[in-house]
This record gives sequence, structure tokens and C-alpha cells, in this order.
Amino acid sequence: MNEEIIIAGFGGQGVLSMGKILAYSGVMQGMEVSWMPSYGPEMRGGTANVTVILSDNRISSPILRKYDTAIILNQQSMDKFEQTVKPGGLLVYDGNGITRHPERDDINIYRVDAAEEASKMQSAKTFNMIVLGGYLKINPVVTMENVMNGLKKSLPERHHHLLPLNEAAIKRGTEIVKEIATV
Amino acid sequence: MSELRLMKGNEAIAEAAIRYGVDGYFGYPITPQSEVMETLMELRPWETTGMVVLQAESEIASINMMYGGAGCGKKVMTSSSSPGISLMQEGLSYLAGAELPCVVVNVVRGGPGLGTIQPAQSDYSQAVNGGGHGDYNLIVLAPSSVQEMADFVELAFELAFKYRNPALILSDGMIGQMMEKVELKAQKDRMSDQELAEKYPWATTGKPSSRERNIITSVELDPYAFERFNHKVQAKYKQMHKEDVRFEQFQCEDAEYLLVAYGSSARICQKSVQLLREKGIKAGLLRPITLFPFPGVELDKLAGQVKGMLAVELSAGQLVRDVRLAVNGKVPVEHFGRMGGVIHSPEEVVEALEKNFLKG
Repeated sequence: MNEEIIIAGFGGQGVLSMGKILAYSGVMQGMEVSWMPSYGPEMRGGTANVTVILSDNRISSPILRKYDTAIILNQQSMDKFEQTVKPGGLLVYDGNGITRHPERDDINIYRVDAAEEASKMQSAKTFNMIVLGGYLKINPVVTMENVMNGLKKSLPERHHHLLPLNEAAIKRGTEIVKEIATV
Repeated sequence: MSELRLMKGNEAIAEAAIRYGVDGYFGYPITPQSEVMETLMELRPWETTGMVVLQAESEIASINMMYGGAGCGKKVMTSSSSPGISLMQEGLSYLAGAELPCVVVNVVRGGPGLGTIQPAQSDYSQAVNGGGHGDYNLIVLAPSSVQEMADFVELAFELAFKYRNPALILSDGMIGQMMEKVELKAQKDRMSDQELAEKYPWATTGKPSSRERNIITSVELDPYAFERFNHKVQAKYKQMHKEDVRFEQFQCEDAEYLLVAYGSSARICQKSVQLLREKGIKAGLLRPITLFPFPGVELDKLAGQVKGMLAVELSAGQLVRDVRLAVNGKVPVEHFGRMGGVIHSPEEVVEALEKNFLKG
């Protein structure tokens, strides 16, 4: 197994922490992992992206040009990363604020309206976990048990009372993700 | 007990320093390495192991605090990034001149000048050629993973004390900022003062009646005596080349073309080797782990086997000079690298190798 993922969106959407939770879940599952942020001017409101690799083997380059999966959370990221998905790969996106929907016919496309769902759950911060749930439903690279273990490891202990809320958000994501196109 | 964690390279350095039993860290913040001191401050080792963590007023102050601590035989370290490391050069020359062991971490960012906070490898020449004034070298280790960031803290101290010479961990913003799985070693005790006095008889630990006074200095005004001292220092560097060259080979057995890269660039090049092999091009990678002492002998051996070498680094061409010196014209040696904080992709390296050796 070797899964190369780019997660991209606005700063403040929880892009980097979603990547970290996914990577920690991989560690819990005994995989090799890497988490490589694009950092610098990407503060709140700017664009932020992170490359996460989960693999059964030693990971070579943590920086890539093509990905198995793109998780796209705003229009700028759609413009930048839609074309970087390998043919036959996966694109998962949140439809909120997307003005130009993905057009490729050689990849699998799924939509998870996490922003809308997060506001229904009255917790904007669950947004990234809803997206994660949607992705894991389509591609269960790590078990739910290991995701929860990874979440526990990546959250400081003072935030552990939020674990049930995050678990509910991940579950909600698995329920609301919908197929747009498959190859 | 060892422990498995997901960490940034910078955080791993801090954790490893505490666990190895380092006595003191003296630093000054600069991106992209500030997590080293941030992590140390958060972990508060002064309450557990007794390790001192001190934010100095500048990099110049940090390196001179290192001189004081190292003179007492203590395990001291600092970390900074390129502009900060430049400020430390006078102190590093003095540490080498006084034959003092210490560990310095450079999480390199793009230069020259204040430059950028993005990753680069453009401090290679400064690192492997001493960096300050005088005939001296630093022991230079180049980690290419978060695990090695942790492991090389111990290795750097072992080598620094073996040779009584400063050691430099030459990392960059990419390895410093990325997260990977890392196995942290169990906590070791810091060395007691008595143990230290026995193990390092040169250290200024207080003069017993049994020996002469220990003097830590880098000044010697008698030219003949100072020439003898310089010969002694040079002999250490020869010994390093005999005993402590470290490198890693990746698919070199049947390689016809060799990539030479260290640190973050070596990670990218591993992928390039895979891509080249998928295209039917027999490529291999030699990754120097010690940049000083440099694995020149190994490169010279491979020069008899391959048709060409490509030095790949995030700089205008610094490592490539050491590769050329090592193979001494036996095979063509070319250079590829991005600059200013731009990181090359594995595919760009493939294109560079094809362009240099396989087309026209």
C-alpha cells in the first residue's frame, strides 16, 4: 500500500491538522508516514496545503508533483490541484464556495459538503473531520479504530473531551459523501 | 523505554537532546528552526534531567556560552538557521581552536542575506570548509529523515567528544518542518561531575593536586608551537576520514548513472531513481551522511563503474565541487539544483539526468 495525498484549502480550515491526524492514524496502523506542509505566508485566510504519504514501505520523496488523492477545500486549490491527480485517482471536495466544479473524466470524484454539515452540527471546527470521514469512506486506508487512536495522539490532553464530537463528525462525513463521477 | 511518535524534525532534535542527557542548550529564535527551542521550553527539562535551556540575547552570545560550557566538559548544543549560523562563525573557529566538543544544528534556509525562510542547501560550502577563519573543519552530519534528526544528536556528540572538535548537524527547512514517524530512545542520565572529570581529563573541572592546571584557549603566539598544534588538528581530520566516513548507497550495484545527494535532496532523489529505473535507466544514489569527512573514496570507486554522475542539491553547485574533486576527472560530473527556497521535484531530477547524459 502506498497512498500519496494532497490536502489543500484555506488557512484556518484545519488542513494541516487533518493531515496530521491522518498521518498519526497511519503510525497507529504500523505504516510509514510523512507529513510535509507548505508553510510560510499561508496564515489564516491564505492558502494552505499538506502532502501526506502513507506507505507499507520506506517513503522516498515527501514532496511530489502527482497524487493518488487530492482533498480540495476551496476554489484556488481546485484550480491548482485538480490536474495533479493521477489518472484513476481520487478527488474529494467540499462544494462550498466552489464556482468551477471538477471536470476530469479519468478520475474518481466525490463530494462531501462538510462546511454545510459543520454549521448544521453547530461546530465549525468539525469541518475537517467531516471531510476526513468522507475520504475514509471512499478509501479506508486506515481503520476507524486507528483514526481514533491517531486523533487521541495528536490532540493535546486538555482537548480530549472533544474526542466524541470529532468521532461523530467523522461518522457524519462517511454518511454524507456522495459520488459525482467514477471511472 | 523507546517510544514511537509523529514529530517534526525540529521537535525530534529537542526530544533527542533531552533523552541523550545534554547538559545545556543556548539558542536564539529564527525560522525555520524555532521549534527546537520552543519544544525544549515546553518540555522543561531543567525540572527533570537538570538540562539548562537558555534563550541568549543573540547568536553570538549563544556560541560563546557554548565555549564556556564545552570548556567545562559539558555536553552543550545550539541550533539556528543560516543567517544565525553566519553570526556564530567566529565562535566556532575559537571552539575548534580550543579543541572543544559541541553540537551545532543548522536548519538551512535560502540565502544569501536574510534571504527566505524556505528550505535550501546553500550553506554546504560554509559547513564543510570550517566556516570561520583558520585551518579547521567541523564534523558535518546530514540527516535526511526525522528519525535521523533524532539519532544524529547522539552521533554528533559521540564524534565531537571522540575528536574534541565541534560537530554540525546540517539540516534544512524541509527536514526540520516535515513530520514523520520517529522512534525516540529511552532517557539517559546526564553525566555526573565526577564521571566527567574522570572521562575528560582536559576539562576545566577544578584543579586537583594530582595534575597541572587545564587551560582552555585558542591562542598560541609561538609560531613553531602553533604549527605543531595545527599538525595535530590536521591529524584528527585524517583520522576522521579513516574511521568515520558514513554514507548510504541506494541501488548502486548495477548503476550506470549515479545521483549524489544529501539530506532533503537525497529523499527526492530516491524517488527519481525509482522513476529512472521504471524508464529502463539504471540509476543509483549515493547519499553522503558525513559531509565532512566526505565519502570521496567511495565515489572514486563508483567512478570506475558509472558513465556519469549528477550532483543534486538545493544550491547553485557546492556539493558538486567535492564530487568532482573525489573522482578527479574519471567520469563527467554535472550539477542540478533549484535555489532560493524552490524545491526540485523527483521528475525534474529525472529530466536533468536525461538532458545531461542521455540526449544529443
